[in-house]
Amino acid sequence: MVAHAVFFYLFSFIAIVSAIMVTVARNTVHSVFFLILDFISISCLFIMIGAEFLGMIMLIVYVGAVAVLFLFVVMMLNVAQQKNQWFASTKSSSHIPIGLLVSLIIFFELIIVVGGWKYKPDLLNSSTITISETTTNTHSLGNVLYTDYIHLFQLSGMILLVAMIGAIVLTFRERSGVKRQSYFQQISREKNDGVEVVDVKSNKGVKIDV
Amino acid sequence: MFEIGLGHYLTLGAIIFTIGLIGIFLNRKNVIVLLMSIELILLAVNINLVSFSIFINDLSGQIFTLFILTVAAAEAAIGLAIIVVYFRNAGTIRVEEIEKLKG
Repeated sequence: MVAHAVFFYLFSFIAIVSAIMVTVARNTVHSVFFLILDFISISCLFIMIGAEFLGMIMLIVYVGAVAVLFLFVVMMLNVAQQKNQWFASTKSSSHIPIGLLVSLIIFFELIIVVGGWKYKPDLLNSSTITISETTTNTHSLGNVLYTDYIHLFQLSGMILLVAMIGAIVLTFRERSGVKRQSYFQQISREKNDGVEVVDVKSNKGVKIDV
Repeated sequence: MFEIGLGHYLTLGAIIFTIGLIGIFLNRKNVIVLLMSIELILLAVNINLVSFSIFINDLSGQIFTLFILTVAAAEAAIGLAIIVVYFRNAGTIRVEEIEKLKG
C-alpha cells in the first residue's frame, strides 16, 4: 500500500509538472515533449490502478499517433522558434486576470465537488457490467465492447473515417505545373498509339521525335 | 496519506483540467498549444472516468474512455488540418494575430 502511494504521488507529480510545462514552455516542440511525458505518466497511473488495456492504448494512440502528428505539424509550420512570451504581450493582456480568476473558481468548484460527495449506499450493487476478478482487463473490455456497445463502436469508426476524409479534403491542394500519374490514360493506351513500325532505309537512320 | 482513494485521483483530474483551462484562457502563443490544452482537458476527463470505473467496480467508464480516445484523436487530426490550412492562407498562427473576427 505504501508503494502504491509512493508511485501514485510520483506519477501524479510528474503529470502535473509536465502539464504546467505544456502551457508555459516557450518552444512549441518542448510543449509537445512535455505532452508526451504527461500522457506516459498518466498511462502508468492507469496501469497501476488496474486498467491495463487503456494504459497501453493511451501509449499507442497518444504517444504513437497524436504526439507525432503534433510534432509533424509544429516542424512543418516552422513555428517552433517564434518568440513566445507568456505575459510580455502588450496588446491584449487585459483578459489575463479574468481568465485566471475564472480558472481558479472552476478549480475550487471541482475540489468542493470532489471533497463533498458521497456514494448512495446501493451504488456498488447497481452496476450491471462489473469488473470480474478472473478474466483479464482486455478480455472483459472486449466482452462488453463487442456486445453491448457494438453500435457505438461502429459509430466511432465512422467518426474516424469522417475525420480522415476531412483532414485530407482540408489540406489537399491542386498544384499547377506538376506532372501527375493518370491511371486511366496509362490503362487506356492502345497498341497502335504506343508502338509504330518504321521502315528504316539502309544508311539513313530514323527521326524519332516527329 | 498512504491510503490512495478515489478522491486522490479525482483531485489529480481536477488539477490537470484546471491547467488545461488556464492554458486555453491565457494562451498568447500559437494555436497548436491551445489544441494541446484541449488534449490535457480530455486527459483529465479520462482520469476521472477510469478512476470511477475502478472504484465503483463498473466497466462502463473504461468503455467511455475508449470512445473519448477516439474522438480526441479525430479532433486532433481535424484541428491540425485546419491549422495547416490557416497557416497557408494567413501566414501566421499566433493567437494575437488571428483577429479577422475582431474578437
